[in-house]
Amino acid sequence: MGALVLAAVLALGACGGSGGGGGGRGPVRLTWYVYNESSGSFAKAAADCSAASNGRYTIGVNMLPNDSDGQRQQLVRRLAAEDSSMDILTLDVTWTAEFAEAGWTVPFPAAEARRLTDGMLPAAVRTGTWENQLHAVPLNTNVQLLWYRKDLVPRPPRTWDEMLADARRLAEQGKPHYVEVQGAQYEGYTVLFNSLVASAGGQILNEDGSQVVLGAPARKAVEAIRALAHSPAADPSWSNQREDDNRLAFETGSAAFQLNYPFIYPSARQNNPKLAERIGWAQWPTLVPGQPSHSTIGGYNLAIGAHSRHRAEAATAIECLTSRDNQIRDAIDGGLPPTIEDLYTDQEFIDGGYPFASAIYTALRNAGVRPRTPAYQSVSLQIAHTLSPPSSASLGRLTELRGAIADAIESKGLVP
Amino acid sequence: MTANRAELSARARAERRLGWALCAPAVIVILAVTGYPVGYAVYLSLHRYDLRFPADSEFVGLANYATVLTSSLWWQALAVTVIIAVISVTIQFVLGLTLALAMHRALIGRGLIRTVILIPYGIVTVVAAFGWRYAWTPDTGYLSGLFGDAAPLTSQVHGIAVIILAEVWKTTPFMALLLLAGLALVPEDLLRAAKVDGATAWQRLTRVILPLMKPAILVALLFRVLDAFRIFDSIYVLTAGAYDTRSVSILGYDNLFTALNLGVGSSLSVLIFLVVALVAFVFVKGFGAAAPGGEGHR
Repeated sequence: MGALVLAAVLALGACGGSGGGGGGRGPVRLTWYVYNESSGSFAKAAADCSAASNGRYTIGVNMLPNDSDGQRQQLVRRLAAEDSSMDILTLDVTWTAEFAEAGWTVPFPAAEARRLTDGMLPAAVRTGTWENQLHAVPLNTNVQLLWYRKDLVPRPPRTWDEMLADARRLAEQGKPHYVEVQGAQYEGYTVLFNSLVASAGGQILNEDGSQVVLGAPARKAVEAIRALAHSPAADPSWSNQREDDNRLAFETGSAAFQLNYPFIYPSARQNNPKLAERIGWAQWPTLVPGQPSHSTIGGYNLAIGAHSRHRAEAATAIECLTSRDNQIRDAIDGGLPPTIEDLYTDQEFIDGGYPFASAIYTALRNAGVRPRTPAYQSVSLQIAHTLSPPSSASLGRLTELRGAIADAIESKGLVP
Repeated sequence: MTANRAELSARARAERRLGWALCAPAVIVILAVTGYPVGYAVYLSLHRYDLRFPADSEFVGLANYATVLTSSLWWQALAVTVIIAVISVTIQFVLGLTLALAMHRALIGRGLIRTVILIPYGIVTVVAAFGWRYAWTPDTGYLSGLFGDAAPLTSQVHGIAVIILAEVWKTTPFMALLLLAGLALVPEDLLRAAKVDGATAWQRLTRVILPLMKPAILVALLFRVLDAFRIFDSIYVLTAGAYDTRSVSILGYDNLFTALNLGVGSSLSVLIFLVVALVAFVFVKGFGAAAPGGEGHR
């Protein structure tokens, strides 16, 4: 027993010693918590940055689940236990407020923040900022486009109603006609609702996240969901579909439209090259004719864990991981839209496998944001719960939703 | 004589002390690993404690319990849990008893039959649940479209039915095994005597076999009801609690790990603990006469 305690104390002492900075004892080992990006571009970036650090650090990748709820739970559990191995965290854009408010990330000093985000899209930088401090550096951004089959739809629809009319016409002709969109009860459905509310000219919460807004645009959004649910455009399994189910259904040829992120493009080129040639892209359909749509901005940012012992090295590594070269690889191999603004007009990049760059750029400049509040997760759960399944979304439920969101932002009540 | 007795009792006392001393480490360890978390959960349930707003933590008394008990989500989850527990255990009992009788009477390949029947129970619940999920997935699943509903996992009634089916498939073998052990308690002579007296097969089952099996039945039902009440993994994989198919455990998980509201989440856990304790108490008191180790008034 005594020997065991002694050994434990010695082991702890040794850990403390090596944690001090690793001066002269080989490179510091940083741990990057990130989901398993399917093209492997993140793992390659980690290896390249380790090699380029001249022995200052190596980046070990710790894989998180692929769905964002699972990622958040694993991060939160470790952070709440003050895990000091949390050097670099990959945060969904909606978590910034929550993680910053809970003290799980360290803000970057102003000068460093300016340097790290130099040349990046202002909208993306805002997603990593909370109370005027940069907590996370944008790694990639994301926004949905309307993807359509050029062989079935010669002219892409501009509004939601036009899209449903096109689908109805195709259905009558017995051709593929589904609109693939996220309808399962989860975050993606909240994103759909948010995009619809924004495209109708409204918002869910006010700017500082303290009050519920909703109102007439929310009614329009619910009507749009109902219209799709009760039209031939709705895939029968819509109410259980997530982004990847949509991609799969589109690749197998049963759909004419898809509202989804650009990752579907490299995937289609790999899985169904013939179909990939016939994919067209346009702006997300709007609800107000003549006005631009406001598809919801997404993406991932990199933050430094509050209990990391290697903040300086982590900041350097983040600078490397979000560098131009790495963003180009993430974009072309993985379909992840870059956050460096001038890439969108860089002809070499566009020709290298990102033909829809200008459409993404337009969508990003018009992008809507999700409610900015530390309680975002609860707000999202309430929205997805109250308006599910899509076929039962109704104006009557909006009153219920208003109360549920008001409770959620004050962390009152149960979440579904 | 008296001196001798005093000596004996002193020795008995010493033995008792030794017994306690020998037990003490185990008791302390059990208290530490079970008592502490339970106590901490009760402590948390009396506080407003949200990981996202650590600065706002405060003692709120029973407010979290009021929040839970006035929420329709809790009552709905409780109803779903009770429905799943009652229906699945009932089906499991009937099927399990049938299987147990068949296994008991099997003349050839007894060992093989018992092993084959146990296969579903040997499969990890999460793995089995994934199997069911894919089976019911539209387009690709071999069971989708069986009821005409395009996506059975996206409606409350069908979702719960699939969850119950998965539970029944998974744990009927365990029920059968427990009941088989109970069947071994029934003496052959008694059955033969009943037969000679002219009892039909049904009468032999209800008047002789089942009463004698009562202790085994109690254990089987108690285990299964408590397990079914804590159902989590099947639902998590099949529907993740969407479309109002969540059980109380899923509700607790969502509030603890997704909403990070430790106060409300802990009060949910404590309530689940109390309900489970109540169910166990009712079982043991209600059918307690035949409980193994009980007095056994026959």
